[in-house]
Amino acid sequence: MTLLSLYTLIPMLPLLASVITGLFGSKLPKAFSHVLPILFVFGSFLLSLYALYISSHGYTFNETLFRWLTVGQYDLKIGFLIDNLSALMMVVVTFVSLMVHVYTIGYMKDDPGYGRFFSFISLFTFAMLMLVMSNNFLQLFFGWEAVGLVSYLLIGFWYQKPTAIHANMKAFLVNRVGDFGFLLGISLILFWFGSLDYIDVFNRLDALSEQNVQMMGSSFSLMTLIAILLFIGAMGKSAQVPLHVWLPDSMEGPTPISALIHAATMVTAGIFLVARVSPIVEFSETALSFILIIGSITALFMGLLGIFQSDIKRVIAYSTLSQLGYMTIALGVSSYSLAIFHLFTHAFFKALLFLGAGSVIIGMHHEQNIFSMGNLRKYMPITWITFLLATLALVGMPFFSGFYSKESIIEAVKYSEMMGSSFAYFCAVIGVFITSLYSFRLYLIVFHGNENWRAPKSKHHHGLGSLESPHESTWVVTLPLILLAIPSVIIGFFTITPILTTDFLSNTVWVRETHLALALVVEHFQGPVAMALHGVLTLPFWLMIFGFVAAYCIYYKKYNWIKLPRMIKKIMDEKYGFDRLNESIIAPLILKLGRFLWNFIDVKFIDNGLVNGVARLINSFSLVTKKIQTGYVSHYAFGMVMALIAFISYFVIVWL
Amino acid sequence: MMMNFILSIAIWTPISLGILLLILQKNLSENIIYKLGNIFGFISFLITIPLYIFFDTTYSGFQFQEISPWISHFSIQYHLGLDGISLPLVMLTSFITWLVIFISSNSISRSLGSYIASFLILSGLMIGVFLALDAILYYVFWEAMLIPMFLLIGVWGGPNRVYATIKFFLYTVLGSLLMLVAFIYLFNQTGSFSIVDFYTKQLSLNAQVFLFIAFFMAFAVKIPMWPVHTWLPDAHVEAPTGGSVILAAIMLKLGAYSFIRFAMPIAPDGLLLLKPYLIAISLIAIVYIALVAIVQTDMKKLIAYSSISHMGFVTLGLFMLNPLGFEGGYVQMISHGFISAALFFSIGVLYDRMHTREIKDYGGVINSMPLFGSFFVLFAMANSGLPGTSGFVGEFLVILGAMQENFWIAFLAALTLIFGATYSLWLVKRIIFGVAKYKKIAGLIDLNAKEFFVMSALAGLTLIIGIYPALITDITNQSSIVMLELIQQSKI
Repeated sequence: MTLLSLYTLIPMLPLLASVITGLFGSKLPKAFSHVLPILFVFGSFLLSLYALYISSHGYTFNETLFRWLTVGQYDLKIGFLIDNLSALMMVVVTFVSLMVHVYTIGYMKDDPGYGRFFSFISLFTFAMLMLVMSNNFLQLFFGWEAVGLVSYLLIGFWYQKPTAIHANMKAFLVNRVGDFGFLLGISLILFWFGSLDYIDVFNRLDALSEQNVQMMGSSFSLMTLIAILLFIGAMGKSAQVPLHVWLPDSMEGPTPISALIHAATMVTAGIFLVARVSPIVEFSETALSFILIIGSITALFMGLLGIFQSDIKRVIAYSTLSQLGYMTIALGVSSYSLAIFHLFTHAFFKALLFLGAGSVIIGMHHEQNIFSMGNLRKYMPITWITFLLATLALVGMPFFSGFYSKESIIEAVKYSEMMGSSFAYFCAVIGVFITSLYSFRLYLIVFHGNENWRAPKSKHHHGLGSLESPHESTWVVTLPLILLAIPSVIIGFFTITPILTTDFLSNTVWVRETHLALALVVEHFQGPVAMALHGVLTLPFWLMIFGFVAAYCIYYKKYNWIKLPRMIKKIMDEKYGFDRLNESIIAPLILKLGRFLWNFIDVKFIDNGLVNGVARLINSFSLVTKKIQTGYVSHYAFGMVMALIAFISYFVIVWL
Repeated sequence: MMMNFILSIAIWTPISLGILLLILQKNLSENIIYKLGNIFGFISFLITIPLYIFFDTTYSGFQFQEISPWISHFSIQYHLGLDGISLPLVMLTSFITWLVIFISSNSISRSLGSYIASFLILSGLMIGVFLALDAILYYVFWEAMLIPMFLLIGVWGGPNRVYATIKFFLYTVLGSLLMLVAFIYLFNQTGSFSIVDFYTKQLSLNAQVFLFIAFFMAFAVKIPMWPVHTWLPDAHVEAPTGGSVILAAIMLKLGAYSFIRFAMPIAPDGLLLLKPYLIAISLIAIVYIALVAIVQTDMKKLIAYSSISHMGFVTLGLFMLNPLGFEGGYVQMISHGFISAALFFSIGVLYDRMHTREIKDYGGVINSMPLFGSFFVLFAMANSGLPGTSGFVGEFLVILGAMQENFWIAFLAALTLIFGATYSLWLVKRIIFGVAKYKKIAGLIDLNAKEFFVMSALAGLTLIIGIYPALITDITNQSSIVMLELIQQSKI
């Protein structure tokens, strides 16, 4: 078996599982719907590990699978590029996917759409693998849109819920705005580089790096234009401000997909994209600054919103936005490998947080409001411990995985001389406090304190009755929690050394010599233990502790010293007004424009004015001519004589 | 022996089978008529398959040519030929016609025999348009085609069908008369009605501009391009399902095909002069019409406007005169043939059950029709250009081509990514998802076997072409290279 066919199997196995489950799942026993996808995704996972093993030994695989089409001088192809970057992504995707597959058996067990759900998440795994394994922009775009499709289908999985079918359309359309930029970027690449294959494009960079293009009378650097257009695509998928609005709403979907798609994998596709095209982005300081500032805004301001949410999933969703902002910051300071590192650790602890939240939601009988929970540690010990571990990883407790990745990013920003890096440093550092505040707020309210669901409530209230107690979930739910908790705690400790000191990632991403941030981080790195011990002395660590103390005082001890001004409260409730802008201004404007074009131009002007106008003209003309045709011979004879006289007089006058 | 007349067979088989059905129908029961019509339709499809099998993709000229004198006084010939540009369209025509006949028994109860016969005859005539290499022969097919279409809308159409048919007829005839004038002018110049002779004739720039405008009037109406598009939504709304399918899937392509066959290579310098305007109205079609599509309340009108917007991509691609745009426009034609057919079939499925096309009368259809809902979501996604479906290929290539022309053309064209998704997905949201809005919707019956077959056939083709578009581009490649070369040579 050649390596190509082996690698082809990696995405094909989940696809096959998806098609078979989707077509025949409803006719076969229920167990079939999960056994087959789990086995096949497990196969993909093993093969991905093998791919990582091969690529980590320095072998970069780059081959064409088939020719998509030929037009003129262009051959567009489908193929795989397996280097450390893609292999690492493949392992993350298949591992989290596998965990989510197992978890789903428990989470969705009573849902009528059981088989359909498995079919969709397997399809997602296929699409995501195609995205990361691609060796060209065409296939990348295919995977990019295909994950968007599955995300659409899964957010709207409960298609009777009005909020869900609103959220899925919103997600798809907002992503399309990003894809609009992305596609223009791809077209520019094909036009200037004559190819869509990564390797061809990167090889021709030197010749074009100084190229300028004329637009609207002024001259732009081609690299800046391409980099920013591609990044607009990344902003859609990785939910950066202002294209972030879809991610919180996507929480309407079932929780397993929030973990898989909207935390661990799909939303990180944008980060992956920018890391993949690092050789292009590196040529544009403007684009890097743009990326840096967008990332900083997202990291800080989305984190802030996390403090004001009462839905358990939405808290985590805003946390995801904020962490994606951190990754984007890392991209902006040219530390691509740190962005990927944070993506990697974040995938585990954020998936764990979501799955833990899902376990809580099952325990609470589909209650999602955190203020109806409390003291769950007593009833759900495994969920509690794993959730706590994930929280510690998220806030950046030394020795936990999140510490290594986030601390390195903050270090890199500190060393960076990119325009906007001081703003980014401010956002990143304050962000640590915010992260700690909302994380411990969530943790303390849900797992400690009073058992709020016991309070009497209205009849129609869903969720746990006041006399019932929640139970720990079944093993198919807790096993993935445990399996994800292990990497959430230790993976950073073991991988930071190879990420920073070896060329594991630095031979796939390319950093210019003048962009020193990463190199300085590497220079100051003295091993994971020293880093953790040194971490205790740094500002972020104390901000994190401070965040915990604040959360403890405000939400556990309920000291209410701080009264938020109404203005700020309103802004936070409105989520800075992005949704209002989209739904009350932009969308109605588009509808108004459409109605105007239709009613006034199409119907009134073209149809009634021109088309029917011509018809009316002919009609009235014939009305006139009809009158002449009286049917009396004498009238016609009179007409003939008059005409004859007119002709004769005309010719007489001309001749004379 | 058979191979020499393979093209004539493709044209005349459906026509003669249609006439046969007209004669036979009096003495037969409805059921037998349907079965017979279905077999006739299938035969008409089968006889076009040898064209594909024996087609030589490496040869760029016309294949399987047939020439015999017809009216020798004016050197008018019966001249047929097939190249890479006509082959996929011929296959599309015979296939979609068969599907229309196959599903006709679901919705048509009145004089089914004549209905099916009209489609068979129409199909033969349309294939004739794609294969004719003599201008007069082409013109005869082109005009004759209007008659069955006129009848289809006028007899089996909706309440406002008379206005729609007359509008459709007048719009089209107005344009075609100018085309006839252009042909006669070319005959005076070349002494022949052969299209191949037209290609090589040197013409002054003025003559070329006038010729192009004359052709433009005929073909732009057919596509339809903005601003002569307003007959299409009316015609669609009044037409029976099958009529809409044929109209959207094939008749619109006749206009674009004729641009490639006549206007562009005969008057290349005129084309070059008018190119900015042509690109501009294509872009208007893409953006403006997409905005109009968003606000439609009648779903058939929505899809009709969406068709116009997608045809804007076809014309944009063709008129940019670069290989990416040209192939993109062409693939978009074929892809739109499948997707629009599927969408109009879908609307037919709903209309047969609910007898309304108003979007507000629907909601939550997926609860009672999960199979239909899944297909509809797929086709709506294909309509909004999702990669992996054929809808993506054309749009992608045209946008790539547009970037070679100008950044802002690509920018405006790419807006379809947003607007196309908006009208498609909003339609899905309002019709398919949600709780069943009315009791009647909760009691709907899912696709029957015939409908399922039609839907899966179209879904399969949409996906196959999306995943492996070389199936089409390998056929057209040689011919489009030759065509583009022809267009790029000045003829002054």
